[in-house]
Amino acid sequence: MKGINVLLYSLKQGIKNIRQNGLFTLASVGTISACLFLFGIFYFIVSNFQYMVKNAETSVGVTVFFDEGISDETIQAIGDNIRNREEVIEVKFVSAEEAWENFKKDVFSDEENEISETFGADNPLKDSASYEVYLNDVSRQGSLIKYIKKLDGVREVKGSAEAARGLGNINRLVGYVSAAIIIILLAVSVFLINTTVSMGIVVRKEEIGIMKLVGATDSFIRLPFVIEGVVIGIIGAVIPLIVLRFMYSGIISFIADKFAVLSDILVFLDAGKVFGILIPVSIAVGVGIGFAGSLWTMRKHLRV
Amino acid sequence: MQDNEEYIIEFKNISKTYSEGVDALDDISFSIKKGEFVFIVGPSGSGKSTLIKLLLKEIEPTSGTIKVSGKDSSKIKRRNIPKYRRNIGVVFQDFRLLGDRSVFENVALAQRVIGAPKWRIEKNVASVLSMVGLTEKLMTNPNELSGGEQQRVALARALVNRPGILLADEPTGNLDPKNAWSIMELLDEVNKLGTTVIVVTHNPEVVDMMQKRVIAVNAGKLTHDESKGGYAYERY
Ligand SMILES: Nc1ncnc2c1ncn2[C@@H]1O[C@H](COP(=O)(O)OP(=O)(O)O)[C@@H](O)[C@H]1O
Ligand SMILES: [Mg+2]
Repeated sequence: MKGINVLLYSLKQGIKNIRQNGLFTLASVGTISACLFLFGIFYFIVSNFQYMVKNAETSVGVTVFFDEGISDETIQAIGDNIRNREEVIEVKFVSAEEAWENFKKDVFSDEENEISETFGADNPLKDSASYEVYLNDVSRQGSLIKYIKKLDGVREVKGSAEAARGLGNINRLVGYVSAAIIIILLAVSVFLINTTVSMGIVVRKEEIGIMKLVGATDSFIRLPFVIEGVVIGIIGAVIPLIVLRFMYSGIISFIADKFAVLSDILVFLDAGKVFGILIPVSIAVGVGIGFAGSLWTMRKHLRV
Repeated sequence: MQDNEEYIIEFKNISKTYSEGVDALDDISFSIKKGEFVFIVGPSGSGKSTLIKLLLKEIEPTSGTIKVSGKDSSKIKRRNIPKYRRNIGVVFQDFRLLGDRSVFENVALAQRVIGAPKWRIEKNVASVLSMVGLTEKLMTNPNELSGGEQQRVALARALVNRPGILLADEPTGNLDPKNAWSIMELLDEVNKLGTTVIVVTHNPEVVDMMQKRVIAVNAGKLTHDESKGGYAYERY
């Protein structure tokens, strides 16, 4: 009962602080909004990029060709060996017939009849049966190739393009850079909240003095300011979330439009997935900034 | 000593030297009984407000012990100071009211601080405002009140939590004689209801008229302690 009375009163006072502190409140909300907006944009980029890389990674594979005249059992054994590696997601056997069919489709497409006439029933790729091996991590492709080359019955191992291998590194770099920028922005937010709450404390110096005289506890005096910080944090989180939500589909269709050529690579996460994480994280960060900023100020100014 | 228990306030050999090296109080001892009315008089800078601040635990003595209700006040932990202060009401020369809220809210602040429920706040504030004669001014802003009325609001705020001790540091310093007198009458009334009242004042007429105990300090030393005394200028 007592706690509820105190909480209700503190809530009222906190909101009063926010209103009376108008300009500083606005500045704090603005900065946090800007931070979390940028955070949202970075998150769009990083999460989608990661998603694309993941897609690309799993579609880049290693192709394994066998010695001539090899027995089915040996092929089977090679497959088992590769499958046992933990970085391997999938091993797909492509028979010579399938390879020929694929080749025909890719190269000759429309002129199928002519080709059939030229080659008859013979398969010119009769020794080109292979395994297609898919990895969960491009960076481990090198060691896997080395391993497969040592297996009995393997004639040749072809890795995917070098570019694919770089993807993982680029992704990590983007992650680090955005993390650094976000940390700086968060520090700015905490600083601004600190300034806002400090202003509130200066303005309320008289009131705080009186409250102490009539026997207010430290926490009673601090609570409204903490609430002020946290409310600023929440408002600062909700505004960019709303803006970002409206922007997301727009951005995606814009990029997809502009870079239609890359439509194979440009697969985007759907909004539900992105915001399922972005909403709780942004609000938690907003509340955290508000809490940290006001608490830090208390330590400095409210040694009651 | 056995009869210690009837003393609500005891100062024993209290000295206070501020960090700037000013000796505000020098070896002061006195005791006040529960339910007493005491004037503390003395010229400006003699250490009167320092006595009040020590009682409120805003500052600590350099040496000596202060006991309140028999308890050594230096033993009170920091986190228990708020609770300790709830038993001590205080008013000042400059009223210290908040101009951003009504008379009601100014008085209610003391109740909100202790987490009182709404109904009890309303009941207690109304009853204490009627005691100081300001029932009509409940929703008025203190800035629109006369000095005498403002001091009554401050008094109501000091009393709303029903403290055992009321401290008044020059409560009539900013008031004309008529208003000063009516504040003194109120303090007397509060005292008659059982509250121990300590009034720091500069006002000789009031002291002479009231015929209460007078403790005189000068340059940090206790120069006089007389029951039913007068202001006695000649002693300074
Ligand atoms: N915070 C302080 N720091 C240093 N000196 C102080 C402080 N407060 C009061 N003093 C000094 O202590 C002496 C007593 O002050 P005070 O108790 O306020 O006197 P009074 O209330 O009788 O006018 C004065 O000389 C005053 O200047
Ligand atoms: Mg004084």
